[in-house]
Amino acid sequence: MAKTVKLALAGEGGQGVQSVAGIIVEAAYNEGMEALYIPNFGVEQRGGVSVAYCQISDEQIGSPKFVYADLVIALSDRAVRRTQQYVNKNTVFIYDSSIEGVEKDLPANAKKVLAIPALDTAKKELHPRVFNVIIMGAAIAVTKIIEVEAAKKALEKKLGYKFEQDPKLRELNFKALERGAELVKDLV
Amino acid sequence: MTEKPIQGEKRVFMTGNEVVAWAALAADVDIMYGYPITPQNEVMHYWTRLSPKYGRGFLQTEDEISAGFTTCGGVLSGKRAFTATAGPGNMLMQESMTMAEMMRIPTVLVVQQRGGPSTATVIYSQQEVTMTCFGGNGEGLRIVYSTSTHQELFDYTIKSFNTAWKYRFPTFVLGDGYQAKMRESLYIYDPAAKGIVMEKTVPYLGQEGTPGVDREPQHLRNTYNTEEELNEQVNNLVAEYEKIAPEVIEYQTFNTDDADIVIIAHGVVTRAAQAAVKELRKQGVKAGHFRPVTLRPIAAKELKAVAGKAKKIIIAESAQGQLEKLVKDAIYGIATPLENYFRPGQGITSEELVDLVKKGM
Amino acid sequence: MSKVPNMPKSWREETKPHKFCPGCGHGLILKALGEAIDELGIQDRVVFGCDIGCSLLSWDFFNVDAVQTHHGRTTPVMTGIKRARPDRICIAYMGDGGGYAIGSGHLVNAAARNEKLTVILANNCNYGMTGGQMAPTSLPHMKTETTPYGRDPEVTGYPTQGPEMVAAITRESAYVARGTVANVRQLKNYIKKALQNQIDGTGFSFVEALSGCPTNWSTNAKDTWAFIEKGMTEYFKVGEIKDPAKKEA
Repeated sequence: MAKTVKLALAGEGGQGVQSVAGIIVEAAYNEGMEALYIPNFGVEQRGGVSVAYCQISDEQIGSPKFVYADLVIALSDRAVRRTQQYVNKNTVFIYDSSIEGVEKDLPANAKKVLAIPALDTAKKELHPRVFNVIIMGAAIAVTKIIEVEAAKKALEKKLGYKFEQDPKLRELNFKALERGAELVKDLV
Repeated sequence: MTEKPIQGEKRVFMTGNEVVAWAALAADVDIMYGYPITPQNEVMHYWTRLSPKYGRGFLQTEDEISAGFTTCGGVLSGKRAFTATAGPGNMLMQESMTMAEMMRIPTVLVVQQRGGPSTATVIYSQQEVTMTCFGGNGEGLRIVYSTSTHQELFDYTIKSFNTAWKYRFPTFVLGDGYQAKMRESLYIYDPAAKGIVMEKTVPYLGQEGTPGVDREPQHLRNTYNTEEELNEQVNNLVAEYEKIAPEVIEYQTFNTDDADIVIIAHGVVTRAAQAAVKELRKQGVKAGHFRPVTLRPIAAKELKAVAGKAKKIIIAESAQGQLEKLVKDAIYGIATPLENYFRPGQGITSEELVDLVKKGM
Repeated sequence: MSKVPNMPKSWREETKPHKFCPGCGHGLILKALGEAIDELGIQDRVVFGCDIGCSLLSWDFFNVDAVQTHHGRTTPVMTGIKRARPDRICIAYMGDGGGYAIGSGHLVNAAARNEKLTVILANNCNYGMTGGQMAPTSLPHMKTETTPYGRDPEVTGYPTQGPEMVAAITRESAYVARGTVANVRQLKNYIKKALQNQIDGTGFSFVEALSGCPTNWSTNAKDTWAFIEKGMTEYFKVGEIKDPAKKEA
């Protein structure tokens, strides 16, 4: 990885984009990379679109803000509209296929636009609760910032105390991570 | 003796507000006074969780006026004390900071700039430069460090206590909402492990012995009766400030030796400027960057030398010309054309600066 | 040895005679405070803070460490000292403007937090230092520079009842009293009990002292005393409002 990977994750409050962003950058940091994560924290965070800006690199990271992302993942209709501004010809734009009425709002200038059934997969195959972990799996698969194993380690670190109480949860989370990667395999 | 908060040195990944709390702990700070305001709150959150383990104090006051003045009180009693604020809170603290200037009270204030004027945003800006450097009725006799990374936030928070107590001028760490809220890696350390000796603190009030019997009483004031008396006092303060300024001044240059275009930026914007210069150099553009680390006092002589050699200067800041005022004052008499990139309340990226420089060529 | 008769030991002789106007009540309040400090034997531990307003003229009054602060800000400065150095006896001295107007938020919150602090407030019904404007404590119909036709309570409200307010927001551990320069012995006892409350670490203590301002009231000696003893005392009831020592006894 030579350049800085820029990632914007956006969703509604409660969809867990901030916690996923936190785990991703922490995993990268633990792997010895430089990572910078800044949540949007305007007044709008209460009831607004929640955006997490992450940058991961081999070298020191410049300004905390970026103009265009390498990967945008939008998890609600509002998030799709909000994150268009971070898209250019090098951006991969992923959104959840359950989002309705955004056909006209999808960026026309992206390198690739992909709808993935993350929510559906979570509900039907796994558990709604691991929806954001599926997103995390997709994000690391597309950006190749870290290996799946490193992501698992980071999840273990964050949720280990819960896994201890219920080992099934570990399995569920790891599965979600792998399913997320599978959902974007066409891109990889 | 309680255990040291940090043993040796270690790499960590945390938010800037957490960094400030750890730095204050490592700097042997005795007490923090504070009032909630975004984006500074987590300094208090971490301090109140960590400090009791090491026997340090905290007081949540009724407002920032009180937070500033209780900090003055804590320092007057001989303790290493600090507070943290932002935006409208910074405004309310200016009153107490003028008292600190007049009475040479070594307070430390960490500012995490947010948008202005008024309530504005809780996010980010560089709009508190003028206020932090020159707020209040007076001459701005303060020391202001403008940080750009979490490492600097840690280093300069520790340093600010030593600067304050060594020179006895109120000292400010000027961060911003980005630095407050973002997470990145840094090394935190026990100052002693780096050979940093914390300046000794001395009580201004409440020393041992009965005043008038064993010693003279300490009678401190900030009120003067005559024009002449005040003028002499201010002259003395200014003379002292100007004397120490050369020791205090800090700055950085990046490729300025042969630069045709020099970007001047401070705080977090230096990150964008540094990256922009790197990129422009790759493209064969002779760009350089001057970054004042202390905004007050500012490295005027060095800035003037760099600016004088350049063909063009660009001042980039997330404010409407607050850094520009400092720069213009410092480089008065230089004919180099000046261009501004003002984005009040908004972040600045290296891409924008690269585009700007290339458009102007 | 003191050459001045009746001068409290804790007073600083070098700064006497003091700078207050003839007939001003501050000298009497500070005499009561000086005697209280002497009798409690705490001169070596006292840190004294004074406000802006005429109270600032007390900045070099005592042989104790002292700091003159900003208008209304003495309470937080002394709070800061006390929090950092609980072994000190901290006294915040201010006028009615400093305590009940610009610094009222600080007074209310220091009281509510039960700071182990002693606040002594001189109530003379006006802003003395700035030339006799209406204060929160100016009596109804009282003429001041900013109420030249008399204070109209319909327009500017009724006088602030400071000790009553402080008593209402503090717990049993606070000591609250109102004394008067017309009875210095009683005032000294109130101040002593207030300081004792701090020394014992019991809680916040507050003493308002009714005081005279002949310069701005434009009164002669007789009328000054009459105003304090009749007009003011009728409105502001002298006495102890809260006394933890009595509760425990």
